[in-house]
Amino acid sequence: MSKLSQYLEIGSSPHVSSGASVDVIMRNVFVALLPVCAFSIYAFGIAAALVLATATLTCVVTEHVICRLNNKPTTIGDWSVAITGLLYGLTLPPDLPLWMVAIGAIFAVAVGKALFGGLGCNAFNPALVGRAFLQAAFPQAMTHWSLPLAADRFTDIPGSVLAFPFAEPAYDAVTAATPLARMKFEAIQAENSELLWGMTSGSAGETCAALIFIGGVYLVARNMMNWRIPVSIMLTVALITWIFMQIDPTVYPRPSFMLFSGGLMLGAVFMATDMVASPITNAGCWLYGFLIGGLVVVIRFWGGMPEGVMYAILLANAVSPHIDSLIQPRVFGTGKGAG
Amino acid sequence: MLNLARKDSFANGIHPPEMKDETSHLAIRRFPFAPLLIVPLSQHLGKPASSVVRAGQEVSRGQVIAEADGFMSVAMHAPASGIVKKIALAPGIGGNMIESVYIEPHPASSQEVEGGEACDVESATADEIIAAIQSAGIVGLGGAAFPTHVKLKPPEGKTLDTLIINGVECEPYLTTDHRVMLEQTADIFNGIRYLLKATGAGESIIAIEANKSDAAKKLQDECPADLPVSIRVCPVKYPQGAEKMVIQSLLHREIPSGGLPADVGAICVNVATTAEIGRLLPRGHGIQERVITIGGPGIKRKGNYRIPIGTTVRFALDEAGAAKDIARVFLGGPMMGPSVSNLDIPITKGTSGITAFTQAQIDEATGHKHIYPCIHCARCVEACPLFLNPSQLGILAKNEEYDRMVGEFHLMDCFECGACSYVCPSHIPLVQYFRLSKKMVRKLSAAK
Repeated sequence: MSKLSQYLEIGSSPHVSSGASVDVIMRNVFVALLPVCAFSIYAFGIAAALVLATATLTCVVTEHVICRLNNKPTTIGDWSVAITGLLYGLTLPPDLPLWMVAIGAIFAVAVGKALFGGLGCNAFNPALVGRAFLQAAFPQAMTHWSLPLAADRFTDIPGSVLAFPFAEPAYDAVTAATPLARMKFEAIQAENSELLWGMTSGSAGETCAALIFIGGVYLVARNMMNWRIPVSIMLTVALITWIFMQIDPTVYPRPSFMLFSGGLMLGAVFMATDMVASPITNAGCWLYGFLIGGLVVVIRFWGGMPEGVMYAILLANAVSPHIDSLIQPRVFGTGKGAG
Repeated sequence: MLNLARKDSFANGIHPPEMKDETSHLAIRRFPFAPLLIVPLSQHLGKPASSVVRAGQEVSRGQVIAEADGFMSVAMHAPASGIVKKIALAPGIGGNMIESVYIEPHPASSQEVEGGEACDVESATADEIIAAIQSAGIVGLGGAAFPTHVKLKPPEGKTLDTLIINGVECEPYLTTDHRVMLEQTADIFNGIRYLLKATGAGESIIAIEANKSDAAKKLQDECPADLPVSIRVCPVKYPQGAEKMVIQSLLHREIPSGGLPADVGAICVNVATTAEIGRLLPRGHGIQERVITIGGPGIKRKGNYRIPIGTTVRFALDEAGAAKDIARVFLGGPMMGPSVSNLDIPITKGTSGITAFTQAQIDEATGHKHIYPCIHCARCVEACPLFLNPSQLGILAKNEEYDRMVGEFHLMDCFECGACSYVCPSHIPLVQYFRLSKKMVRKLSAAK
């Protein structure tokens, strides 16, 4: 009777989609991190390259093995673990022994991510969980910084990097203090130009604020990052610092120093914005940013450590679900908007 | 007044590709009578009509074959002159069986329509117009198929100040309202006269999206000077055609959760419904046909057709020509249109179109079928026009926490526009979860 002889399939509407996909978003974040990695290798040489490669590979392999042990299909194809690896590597001192890098990476993925249930369930940013673990386990190695742009950085591998597992690393490079440590213990502020272009010592990826900023702008332009989080963090830090600078400029640094030094830019742009561990509403994101900014200033000014971005973000990650239950979107037709 | 500059819009929403260019320029064509027409007695929300014909009876086109059963019901009219073969169950789009009148049109059945009692807009009272709309079998032709006469009477203690004629047509692929506005302009203004009188509203606004500027211009040019009507062009955004959204866009009034347009003094009628009122009432006719868009890449002869009610999807596809690689057919547009599982279901008053996809479109939309966990990216929160939290609702739906979905997260407000599923990068079937959850909630509360 009918000319139509094909089988038709049925499906629930909508029958079209925007084409957005988690792996595409994650791949873009990965790409946005590459310039930062490239600079870190330029500034710290082979050591940084080895640290980043070890961090990323260990993270990816750990996730793959855990999936296989659980008889689940591997999830490394969604690229999220690759981001964790890169971010984690970027937070480490560039001459950290590789065995420490690997241990922290395993901890980051196994405890920071898989234990919570994998992608979408991690309460904390896994990269920072790994770093926090290393900070607690190896406090000395984690606060040993090499100078950027050393003449032999592309020819020699620092002895500490290849230290035998569980042996005391032997540092052969000149030890340097980070700008924040110099500020805290010697009250010397680095110049903005040094900070912006990364001509200071510090973690592998936190030194060049300008490249981090470009990566962030790229992601915001592609609607893959909520700009409110880094903006509110930076506004809060700048505002509080400015107020204290008015009170006593000899003790408290200028706002631009606070913004461009240490891990603030990397943390605000790439870590605090981890979608899984940050609030879902825009209002919640502002509050979350204020919280991180406030904690960063408190830890840097009055804490025992020169740097506080990592703990500030981890604490805010813990608060994030509570922010979500406190701040929900006002449903259309309810509250004061109705009528 | 034609006003392009003002930002008449609502918050959130999405911009799916419009896909209207292939049919928007094609004039409405008449569709032939199928060898068998199936007229369901329930094509609207509310009570089914009660049949007044019997098997073997001869009916003429336009004749009443079923009368409204109570106020929440409308009449049905014979779409063609012919013989009633039987009154029996026929499949509906939801897989349910509906009591229907099977009519076999006479060969070469005439297009002449049997007239009834005319309703003159000048002399009729508001109640007479409402009654005439009910007996003309008029329901919302935009898709909801809500009996139009029911909403015309303002509830006790409420007054209606603004009549909104909804010509937004925000679903991709559909161009029926667009063509009706271009080709039945006078009918629309005539319909507005009836509706203003029936509702007592002082003014009316025709809402159009910016992708139909030719229709806006035509309406503007031909607008009668004595009619209190303005034409407003809104920026294109889905789901602007939803009642809550179009009222927000035009009047900046928010219908309360669980409320009706009348709660904010407005009433919203689809533009094709208005045109039918303006065309049918002066003649005393009832609805026996409607305009639908048959389109999508799975169709060879795409177009806008005036199609008899009761034509089966199979006949429509054969006439319009299904492409070789047709793979999925749905009624209406791709955002909200239900998928056809049985080609022998009839076109009803609420059918605004038939869209057919080939495998290529299905692959593009759901090809990467891998469902990732929710990553809290908030794209659904930014898409939901009702400011719900689809991410949270999705998690609760999976855990079957229906009480929390309803009580804390306003599940029942969701009108299933599908914007959340459309944007979700994890490909979570959010709106599908919500549809199922709403069914479960109704089932559970009925069990109590």
